[in-house]
Amino acid sequence: MTNTRKIRILAAKPGLDGHDRGVKVIANALMDAGMEVIYTGLRQSPEQIVETAIQEDVDVIALSILSGAHDFLFPRIMELLKEKGVTDVLVIGGGIIPDEDIGELKKVGIAEIFGPGTYTDDIVTYIQENLKR
Amino acid sequence: MYDRKTIEEITREYQRWSDKLEPTLAKRPERKAEFINTSGIPIKRVYDPTDMDDFDFLRNIGLPGEYPFTRGVQPTMYRGRFWTMRQYAGFASAEDTNRRYRFLLEQGQTGLSVAFDLPTQIGYDSDHPLAQGEVGKVGVAIDSLKDMETLFDQIPLEKVSTSMTINAPAAVLLAMYIAVGEQQGTASKDLRGTIQNDILKEYSARGTYIFPPKPSMRIITDIFAFCSQEVPQWNSISISGYHIREAGSTAVQEVAFTLADGIAYVEAAINAGLDVDEFAPRLSFFFNAHLDFLEEIAKFRAARRLWAVIMRERFKAKDPRSMMMRFHTQTAGCTLTAQQPKNNIVRVAFQALSAVLGGTQSLHTNSMDEAFCLPSEEAVQVALRTQQLIAHESGVTDTVDPLAGSYYVERLTQEVYDRAQKYIETIDELGGAAAAIEKGYIQREIQDSAYRYQKEIEKDERVVVGVNRFQIEEEPPKDLLRVDPAVRTSQIKRLEKLRSERNNDKVQDILGDLRKAAGGSDNLMPIILEAVRAYATLGEICDALRDVFGEYQPVSTLGG
Repeated sequence: MTNTRKIRILAAKPGLDGHDRGVKVIANALMDAGMEVIYTGLRQSPEQIVETAIQEDVDVIALSILSGAHDFLFPRIMELLKEKGVTDVLVIGGGIIPDEDIGELKKVGIAEIFGPGTYTDDIVTYIQENLKR
Repeated sequence: MYDRKTIEEITREYQRWSDKLEPTLAKRPERKAEFINTSGIPIKRVYDPTDMDDFDFLRNIGLPGEYPFTRGVQPTMYRGRFWTMRQYAGFASAEDTNRRYRFLLEQGQTGLSVAFDLPTQIGYDSDHPLAQGEVGKVGVAIDSLKDMETLFDQIPLEKVSTSMTINAPAAVLLAMYIAVGEQQGTASKDLRGTIQNDILKEYSARGTYIFPPKPSMRIITDIFAFCSQEVPQWNSISISGYHIREAGSTAVQEVAFTLADGIAYVEAAINAGLDVDEFAPRLSFFFNAHLDFLEEIAKFRAARRLWAVIMRERFKAKDPRSMMMRFHTQTAGCTLTAQQPKNNIVRVAFQALSAVLGGTQSLHTNSMDEAFCLPSEEAVQVALRTQQLIAHESGVTDTVDPLAGSYYVERLTQEVYDRAQKYIETIDELGGAAAAIEKGYIQREIQDSAYRYQKEIEKDERVVVGVNRFQIEEEPPKDLLRVDPAVRTSQIKRLEKLRSERNNDKVQDILGDLRKAAGGSDNLMPIILEAVRAYATLGEICDALRDVFGEYQPVSTLGG
């Protein structure tokens, strides 16, 4: 990192599921690693997530979903980011996401998917090494 | 429990034995410097009668089916009848789920448990914009009585008991169930089952809330009052620790936060003018069966005793049935691993065994593939067979509460009891469960425990087989159950058809009456039942209530 600004991350829960154990654990780990985390809370629409990301000028969007609606919501979020001309934000995802879906999600621009059993340290390292700005 | 002389003798012998052990320990230390379980309870090397020195058998343990119910709520427990084997199921459309129910009943399952999709749980119809991508995914989509009729097609409601995991809109789904019963010719007084109806844990752990606490508690007490008169065999609430544990709490926190929620419901009902013995016998509970086998058994026993004491001492209940904690158990979903999924069969088996040794009334065993997706038919069959193996082959069901008197289990039961009671005192000081949730206290306690647990795994202090030890290279799983996205399109078509066929003026009139009733103080159940019978949709009914009650705004509990 060349700039002195802390890495800013939007931890977001798209969709309707209330499983926030994972996103909160990861948010805590990212804060412990010196990053700044804004957590959206539950039930955020793709529009709300993209708007918050722009307003908060984040470097990373970390999406967490366990309801199975990733197949609709993740591509929708990427589409909206593109529409708004946001191309330098790293977008990652996690939750219950079948392996066979990961290819499609990467195609639309989700950089990486972290499944159950992932170590928080690995996510910290991934973010540090893959920032787009 | 022992006379002075025996205790002194045992203490002397224990000292001698410990002294003798010293040189061995110096050479070959134990695996850890200290053994402490996830609830923070230190575990001794060995337990003996001195650990039960302060025990009064009749007061602390007693006999099954009698106060304080430590040993179980029925006198004969599984010698009389096994627990209800009840697999939580639901996906896609009502037709698909109806087919799964009939499969499970054919396989020897003894009760139904309905999983609703998230739009249904949050009171949105399938055509709501926020329902996009969610329809039929984690459960079945129910928009109106029409879908409910399909869900229970060819399933006689007079014979089966049905549990419904529904909270914020519980009144609406219960009304639909009563209406399906009416169509089948089954009176509401003959219906048996449970609605979860536990909003407090939605705020603290599970997330499918709609309305703010005050009107939510009013709906709940309306349901209590209505059920005690009209649906007397129905469990009007299932006060749930399951999701609190899944969100990361310890066993002690699970007991404490669940019972604190229970206290809040009893207080609300009493404040609404109900007599405690009128509704308390129909309160039921729902717990998690996690990994620490003996701590879980102790947890179930401690919870039962603590609730009995609370109901008798704090709320002055007279009817023993008001003091009985009857509960459902589900094995811990959060302990399932995506790595080497077959190992999950074994995890589920010993978790289920702890629930049985803890005296559960009904049980759901998770399927091995649930770290990826909803269970396949093959996986759910193994899960159900696990219960049948415990019931018919293991022998643990032939006597009641077989672990009573184990020095360790009894000590641990007392520890869980004492520590949970202390938490409840803290919550009382904060103004009760609802106030503690609004202050973010319970959420913070849970998330701190979750973070600690994860860190223990990452620091290798906690072994998760297949995840941080004994890993192998493996192929991603195949043939996962997937829900066809077309379910939403067909639900939307059904909604359009419904709205064109029903009497819309009548629906609007009833919804207007519902808004008026919500603003007043009449019991809401009769009018919701009327709305359902007229085929008002779930979303329309919840929107009418949203107009009056507003929506819950959660507090932020991260950071600082």
